[in-house]
Amino acid sequence: MRDTPLSNCERDFILKAIEEKKRLDGRQTYDYRNIKISFGTDFGCCFVDMGKTRVMAQVSCELITPKENRPNDGIMFFNIELSPMASPAFESGRQSELMVKLNRQLERCLRNSKCIDTESLCVVSGEKVWQIRVDVHLLNHDGNLMDAVSIAAITALSHFRRPDVGIQGEDVTVYSTEERDPIPLSIYHMPISVSFAFFQQGTYLLVDPCDREERVMDGLLMIAMNKHREICSIQSSGGIMLLKDQVLRCSKIASVKVSEITELISKALENDKKIRKAGGRCGFAESMPQDRITALKTHESPVEMTDVEEKAKEIVLRAELPHPTVPSPVLPGPGTGLVGEGLHSSWGLEEEEEDEGEGEEEEQHRAEKTSRVDVVLISDSDSEEEEVVILNQKAETKKAAISNQQMAADSKSKRQKKKL
Amino acid sequence: MAGLELLSDQGYRLDGRKATELRKVQARMGVFAQADGSAYIEQGNTKALAVVYGPHEVRGSRSKTLHDRAVINCQYSMATFSTAERKKRPHGDRKSTEMSLHLKQTFEAAVLTNLYPRSQIDIYVKILQSDGGNYSACVNAATLAVIDAGIPMRDYVCACTAGFVDDTPLADLCHAEESGGGTSLALALLPRGGHIALLQMDARLHQDHLETLMEAAMTACKGVGKVLDQVVRQHLQEVSALTGE
Repeated sequence: MRDTPLSNCERDFILKAIEEKKRLDGRQTYDYRNIKISFGTDFGCCFVDMGKTRVMAQVSCELITPKENRPNDGIMFFNIELSPMASPAFESGRQSELMVKLNRQLERCLRNSKCIDTESLCVVSGEKVWQIRVDVHLLNHDGNLMDAVSIAAITALSHFRRPDVGIQGEDVTVYSTEERDPIPLSIYHMPISVSFAFFQQGTYLLVDPCDREERVMDGLLMIAMNKHREICSIQSSGGIMLLKDQVLRCSKIASVKVSEITELISKALENDKKIRKAGGRCGFAESMPQDRITALKTHESPVEMTDVEEKAKEIVLRAELPHPTVPSPVLPGPGTGLVGEGLHSSWGLEEEEEDEGEGEEEEQHRAEKTSRVDVVLISDSDSEEEEVVILNQKAETKKAAISNQQMAADSKSKRQKKKL
Repeated sequence: MAGLELLSDQGYRLDGRKATELRKVQARMGVFAQADGSAYIEQGNTKALAVVYGPHEVRGSRSKTLHDRAVINCQYSMATFSTAERKKRPHGDRKSTEMSLHLKQTFEAAVLTNLYPRSQIDIYVKILQSDGGNYSACVNAATLAVIDAGIPMRDYVCACTAGFVDDTPLADLCHAEESGGGTSLALALLPRGGHIALLQMDARLHQDHLETLMEAAMTACKGVGKVLDQVVRQHLQEVSALTGE
């Protein structure tokens, strides 16, 4: 199913707001949405909420034979699933451009930067190594998927514990969780990606675009860094023309954001560790709010109220005056209805014009005249109008009314010196 | 990589170049008579072939037609004999699709697409021998092919890779330097305005070194741009001499 296109006025509104440095949800240009990290019951399962964007990552491991040219290294495998659950625009099964792009970016961000020590995943050189598989599922798409995915992936990897292995000569025994405590992966650093959206040919940029802003943007710059201020990956997409100092400025902003997010992740990991140690219940079900109504609930969004009064006054001054309505209400008879409040219904007049078969000009002119004169007519000939309006009565009364009106119209047209 | 120094003490690289030296660039335009535009480029040992068809009517699904500009369709593929080990899947795998997307993005920014509404421009690039700098060779070849096809562009699109070893930026990486695990930055530049059409970087680099690396890459791109300009002018002279003007 194709996504509903963004209307032109929505697009213009968002662009204009960005020019005035305002965002739809009241954030500043360099602000992230609220990031919430929660873990599942198993090790290696992690949920990340970034505003409304929701992502789940799960890490699993398996013993396999290593690649021939790298017999001492374990294997990392990343997979991002875009299901129609996240957005109706995603089609299941088909390898869309977005999927390839996200997958490759995540691979480059995590694999090429060597954040995980792959040599420690080796069990028997050349024969058995661990394959760590990271599956990321998108649960809801509200913009900025790459950042959410990178946070989820690295948090899940930090949270994951692989089973302990014992080697005795040629035999390899994999101990289960009950026999021996599982071992965490050795992670050198945590690369986090920060996305910048560019608008108006690179004049304005925003951090963490939401879905609407993404649809209006010219292009995206993704910078992945770790908290030691090392850049792990840069990728520009969308066909924008960048300048060197723009890229440098973005990298500076990214380093600030990454340190904030890394702190958030470590806090979340710490909390989870404490809860598990204390024996408390943990998991996805626990992190859901209980006994609270969350359907149809919207968060408080800040609305800027400065100079609202002045703007409102301006709009009122510029607005058109309302159409003058009749001061006195017209009382219809019993069992009648009026089309259009206070205005004289011209149904009967139009019918009569067609019957006469006059020239168009005259008709139009008459219609105009009658519509202008209508207001006057009402006060003049109350009784006539009442008769015209009655719907339930027989055609005779209608004809009588029509003939009455015809006479009135004729007299008026004579006054206008028209041919008949 | 143990035992292989990417930059020796005297400042020489694996193939004997200095740190900021580019590989030898040789290019030819108009290699195919049937295509609207074609070009062949050799950057050191990397050989790339680009073919352009268009602008023509949108083939396939009509829904892709854009009412105000041309659609650019790129396909990147590597010949099975291009790498040291035979390539099992020349196209259709994730890396090739990603490259095609990047090429498309680069040329959508550079080609004046609003002169050809409701039409399609096809760019096909094939790597015949891969020795590092695949993306750059593709972009350079495609630029020449688009010029050969007579499609107007904002400027030459020149691409080059750059790396960073021992606090020295290296320009135009070969395969051994790229896969050595060090930093590699691929940059597509429009030389006149200094606009970057595509920026891609892998592996760790400290933030402070980013500026030096980008500067080195931009200088390298401008060097490549000069060579491309020469090639185009020479080709034009040859063609006009043949037609007897």
